[in-house]
Amino acid sequence: MDALCAPADKSIIDLEATELRLGLPGTSSSSSEKLQIFVGRSNKRPLGESSMEGSSNSRSSSSSSNDPEKDGCLGCSIPPSKTQVVGWPPIRSYRKNSLQHKKEEEAKFSGIYVKVSMDGAPYLRKIDLGGYEGYRQLLTALEEMFKLAIGEYSERDGYKGSEYAPTYQDKDGDWMLLGDVPWEMFRSSCKKLRIMKGTEGVGLTCSP
Amino acid sequence: MAYSFPEEVLEHVFSFLHSDRDRNAVSLVCKSWYEIDRWSRRRVFIGNCYAISPRAVIRRFPEVRSIKIKGKPHFADFNLVPDGWGGYVFPWITAMASSYPWLEEIHLKRMVVTNACLELIAKSFKNFRVLVLSTCEGFSTDGLASIAANCRNLRELDLRDSEVDDLSGHWLSHFPDSYTSLVSLNISCLGSEVSFSALERLVSRCPNLRSLSLNRAVPIDRIACLLRQAPQLVELGTGAYNAELRPDVFSSLSGAFSCLKELRSLSGFWDAVPAYIPAVYSVCSGITSLNLSYTTMQNPDLTKLVSQCPNLQQLWVLDYIEDCGLEAVAASCKDLRELRVFPSDPYEEDEFDIALTERGLVSVSEGCTNLQSVLYFCRQMSNAALISIAQNRPNLTRFRLCIIEPRSPDYLTLQPLDAGFGAIVEHCKGLRRLSLSGLLTDRVFEYIGTHAKKLEMLSVAFAGESDLGLHLVLSGCESLRKLEIRDCPFGDKALLANAEKLETMRSLWMSSCSVSFGACKLLCRRMPRLNVEVIDETSEVAESRPESFTVQKLYIYRSVAGPRLDMPDYVLSMGEESPDLIG
Repeated sequence: MDALCAPADKSIIDLEATELRLGLPGTSSSSSEKLQIFVGRSNKRPLGESSMEGSSNSRSSSSSSNDPEKDGCLGCSIPPSKTQVVGWPPIRSYRKNSLQHKKEEEAKFSGIYVKVSMDGAPYLRKIDLGGYEGYRQLLTALEEMFKLAIGEYSERDGYKGSEYAPTYQDKDGDWMLLGDVPWEMFRSSCKKLRIMKGTEGVGLTCSP
Repeated sequence: MAYSFPEEVLEHVFSFLHSDRDRNAVSLVCKSWYEIDRWSRRRVFIGNCYAISPRAVIRRFPEVRSIKIKGKPHFADFNLVPDGWGGYVFPWITAMASSYPWLEEIHLKRMVVTNACLELIAKSFKNFRVLVLSTCEGFSTDGLASIAANCRNLRELDLRDSEVDDLSGHWLSHFPDSYTSLVSLNISCLGSEVSFSALERLVSRCPNLRSLSLNRAVPIDRIACLLRQAPQLVELGTGAYNAELRPDVFSSLSGAFSCLKELRSLSGFWDAVPAYIPAVYSVCSGITSLNLSYTTMQNPDLTKLVSQCPNLQQLWVLDYIEDCGLEAVAASCKDLRELRVFPSDPYEEDEFDIALTERGLVSVSEGCTNLQSVLYFCRQMSNAALISIAQNRPNLTRFRLCIIEPRSPDYLTLQPLDAGFGAIVEHCKGLRRLSLSGLLTDRVFEYIGTHAKKLEMLSVAFAGESDLGLHLVLSGCESLRKLEIRDCPFGDKALLANAEKLETMRSLWMSSCSVSFGACKLLCRRMPRLNVEVIDETSEVAESRPESFTVQKLYIYRSVAGPRLDMPDYVLSMGEESPDLIG
């Protein structure tokens, strides 16, 4: 509290107390050290932690002893369920309303748009399920869209002979293999599509 | 004085000064210049309606013809300011009604405007010409009817982005048949259908109409006949731009557009159907401003349209444009000065990104040498990209980047984005406005405090690590006027250490930070010309809050009017004699 009652002419308080540095309180560090410390520590120190707590990454001179891949990143502790933060992202309400309206319109009039993602591809695509009459047509379209071969569906083995398995997420949030349910049932319950690569899709095969 | 100019001469000289700063400087030279400026000042800008009382403004500038007033803090746009906070324009209107009978223009931003205000405006100012209500609320279409019916000399009615209680479209019919002076009409924010025949008659009898922004309810097949009545249009906002393709409607529309030789600005295009877009191709070569941010059109049609506008200076668009579209923009729109890319699906939970990344922005920064102003929403960013952008475009004056997931690091290196934003402020020496996002330590604030000497407005969210960050900004940014912060670990120390700085700024907003109740009171005691307002929506009584209590939201602004008297019960003024402590 002392700092709060500092005399008026000392307008800059002693900022050492709030200075960010590694190492125990009472020690000082040069500014070049600090620079490296900043780069190094950022991968480990979670946000909001007091700078007073010295830690294991006080190795200022060595090259990054951190493994970014392994340790994750500062403050990247994204909560398991993504709850919406008030006022974020910073978009005005009339824009949000405009987009919302569009989504409703889409749902009502112009078809059943679902997103399609493919493992390994950086982009999402969107397709209108209403534009297809059955699984064959849909699969052909997907093959064309992503330039790959999905193969034939079999109830027992799923999509044998292909390293890709087309899956979809239904209304209940479950991931199902494409083709397991009748087309109409699929079309009305499908929320999004995902083309899984490798063995992940195998486990989804419905056992008869 | 032997050599003084007659007042009329000085007044004439002053009339060439258009900026408020210049006029303010002139008024400080000597008493007689102060007086001359006072009596001849015609335009006044009030950046914060609570910084000064209406009476004080009128006392100083008795002959004002145009006034612009701003109310709520900027973060009110994102629902961070609860309802009923304030920003009422009524006291201003009543004061001006009696003192400025010749008032011609009222521009309001983020203010609460009631029907009573509009009625009073309509009655009180015989020569009223311009009403711009930007992001305002509190009135209905009945209030608009008063304006339409009574303002015989109205030139401009612009309701941009306001929230209007839309009872019906009938208000437009209140413009009398004798009314012909309309120059600009923007009703794009209104929901209900206006009487189309009234609109058409209005357009046809107003030969000076230059700017017409319709609302969504105006269907595509009605636009052609409107356009034929107003071939002199410079700005057009269409209504909904969708329908089943009909060749007769298309050719009619296409023909109408081809007559618009003066058209420079296009907007609207709600729900645009690609089939109708070629109808506007004939005007594209002259278009300098394109707002497609309500258009859900996707590529390739979207990119095709934009690439046809070689003289484009301002582009607002959704992320449907994608990186490939922005590359096309970089190649075709060489005079681009302002780019805004909004997210089509901001709450998307998929782990994959839409095909708009940092690459799009880098392309534009490379190809568009006149680019000055950027607002960009995306899902990934890297320091390398930001450094590229900074090096490519040192002439940037406004840079607002929103990486949608809070605290996102450089996606390539997983490092904070300090270096990237550091490069922006270091290279772009004329930067006046900056919004930060992504993973940021106190380091970025060191860069900002060191380099951003022209920075006037800074927006910070989910960034920083300690008070040092805030201190570096407040002590380093010499030109800072507005600072808004949310969800950052900034607290008492930096605030109190830089108390004097706050009086040199218009305002400071801090929400979900670490400022204590006690520090707010202390700040207020030390700085009598600051209004320190704590917003707290919990139900505890004010007096029972301990000094250490962390305030939810804090709004500090300089004022010569003292604490305001229209605060709702969840706003506490920290002034010692504030009314809330009495009642």
